[in-house]
Amino acid sequence: MKVINCPLNGPRNAQEFICGGEVKLPPAPDTTGRGPDVRQWADYIFLEENLQGVVCEWWCHVASGYWFIAERDTASDTFLRSYTCQEWFGQAAPGDSAQ
Amino acid sequence: MPLGLLKYGFRNKYRGQRYFPAEAPLRPSYDVVIIGGGGHGLACAYYLARDWGITNVAVLEKGWLASGNTARNTTIIRSNYLTPEGALFYEESLELYRSLANELGVNLMYSERGHLTLAHTDAAIRTSRWRAEVNKHLGIDSELIGPDEIARLCPQLDLSDEVRYPILGALYHPPGAIARHDAVAWGYARGAMELGVEIHQQTEVTGIEVRNGRLAGLETNRGTVAAGKVLQAVAGMSSVVARMAGFKLPIRSIPLQACVSEPLKPFLDPIIVSGSLHAYISQSARGELVMGGSTDPYPLYSTRSTLDFTEGLMAHMLELFPFLGKASVMRQWAGIADMTPDFSPVMGLTPVKNYYVDAGWGTWGFKATPVSGKRMAETIATGEVPELLKPFELERFYRLQQVGERGAASVGH
Ligand SMILES: Cc1cc2nc3c(=O)[nH]c(=O)nc-3n(C[C@H](O)[C@H](O)[C@H](O)COP(=O)(O)OP(=O)(O)OC[C@H]3O[C@@H](n4cnc5c(N)ncnc54)[C@H](O)[C@@H]3O)c2cc1C
Repeated sequence: MKVINCPLNGPRNAQEFICGGEVKLPPAPDTTGRGPDVRQWADYIFLEENLQGVVCEWWCHVASGYWFIAERDTASDTFLRSYTCQEWFGQAAPGDSAQ
Repeated sequence: MPLGLLKYGFRNKYRGQRYFPAEAPLRPSYDVVIIGGGGHGLACAYYLARDWGITNVAVLEKGWLASGNTARNTTIIRSNYLTPEGALFYEESLELYRSLANELGVNLMYSERGHLTLAHTDAAIRTSRWRAEVNKHLGIDSELIGPDEIARLCPQLDLSDEVRYPILGALYHPPGAIARHDAVAWGYARGAMELGVEIHQQTEVTGIEVRNGRLAGLETNRGTVAAGKVLQAVAGMSSVVARMAGFKLPIRSIPLQACVSEPLKPFLDPIIVSGSLHAYISQSARGELVMGGSTDPYPLYSTRSTLDFTEGLMAHMLELFPFLGKASVMRQWAGIADMTPDFSPVMGLTPVKNYYVDAGWGTWGFKATPVSGKRMAETIATGEVPELLKPFELERFYRLQQVGERGAASVGH
């Protein structure tokens, strides 16, 4: 059985978690007054890196409703490391590519 | 050995015949190169040659012929989708399938069984009625039926109300069918080769050269190949190959697992699907029960099998057919499904000129093999996307016009 390390609850059975998708940074808010750039938002919402290799994703421990970020390898099906949001976003400077 | 037999063996009239023509050496340039030798790539190659006279075509397959999802699917063929765009598209595929065995000269074991999507909740009954009405309006044979009619079509189902999710009704689609997946791929491959198409196995595309937004050539593990036009039809590897050409897709690669039981006497005629229970089952001509459910819980490029899957599936399967508790599971496997957010495919043009995409087939693409092959061939030959494919272009995500088929495709495939 797969075990995922939750920063709040420790190692738990994978069935207690759901995957929330790739960590991506949203487009900058519209400051032009012309409204949001639909292409940019469609990219952000629909397009995926879908990497074969190490990815960073949102995960949620459902029982406690706790969201965090996990690094895992999509080629070997191994969970590598889990971060609290504070840890993860503390690492990346605002505006950095989140991939 | 009886002499008579030897005589036959040496007579020219009875010479051994190859199923496929001999493979040709890889040439440095083709009019069209198709990346991916699964059902979709092979069908496209066949129709390029048959319908458009384009025969200077190579299909490049990194492994063995049709060893991807084409070899791993549970072969459900149907057209009772929810959106008019989807239903019309899959209906054209069914029409092509019906005459395909004759056309390709291969026994596809195409078998119309009838397809039942069970409804266990009021919400599911509503969706079934909605689908039935959309289908009927488009001339597709599809109706909502009650438990009596279900019992007539499939007396083996546990229709009692002493289960967790009693069966309230079903969407019945008489043309629902199963077929032999390998035969479909081999038939298209042989048909294409007889018309002059080359198929190169063990030939992996490792890079795509793009100059000024146009396709310039391909890198493979066997050297560079130039091509006028290229189609990628690589299912689970869609994002990986598209990235070589410099663009992203609205796709997550997620394993889909399936399994078969030991062979049993034929007893199950229709294909039974339960969306609420995440389970479906049919009986193959060999007697094996072919069973599956929804995709794995997270994206992955590994085709490992899990016990979680079989346990979860069987818990529900036994609610439908309690006597299956005595049958044993014989094989289990996975394929990497290219899942889109709206459960519809991505077909047509890409941001790269002369580079085309056929992807997003997720858990539902086997049934679309003929129509996507035919219509992608038309797209490549004419450079224009046919009306039938327009709703499925990559651009739909920028127009915010998804073709929502989740309710009709997530478990039913
Ligand atoms: C368990 C399971 C059950 C399913 N059940 C159904 C069903 O009941 N009904 C239904 O309609 N659909 C079903 N599907 C979906 C269906 O199998 C697929 O959508 C369909 O087979 C896709 O065909 P394809 O030709 O696009 O892909 P594939 O058959 O996967 O072919 C793609 C090929 O591309 C090759 N390739 C990848 N990368 C490269 C590269 N770089 N260079 C060269 N070649 C490359 C691969 O080796 C592969 O052979 C199921 C899928 C699975 C996994």
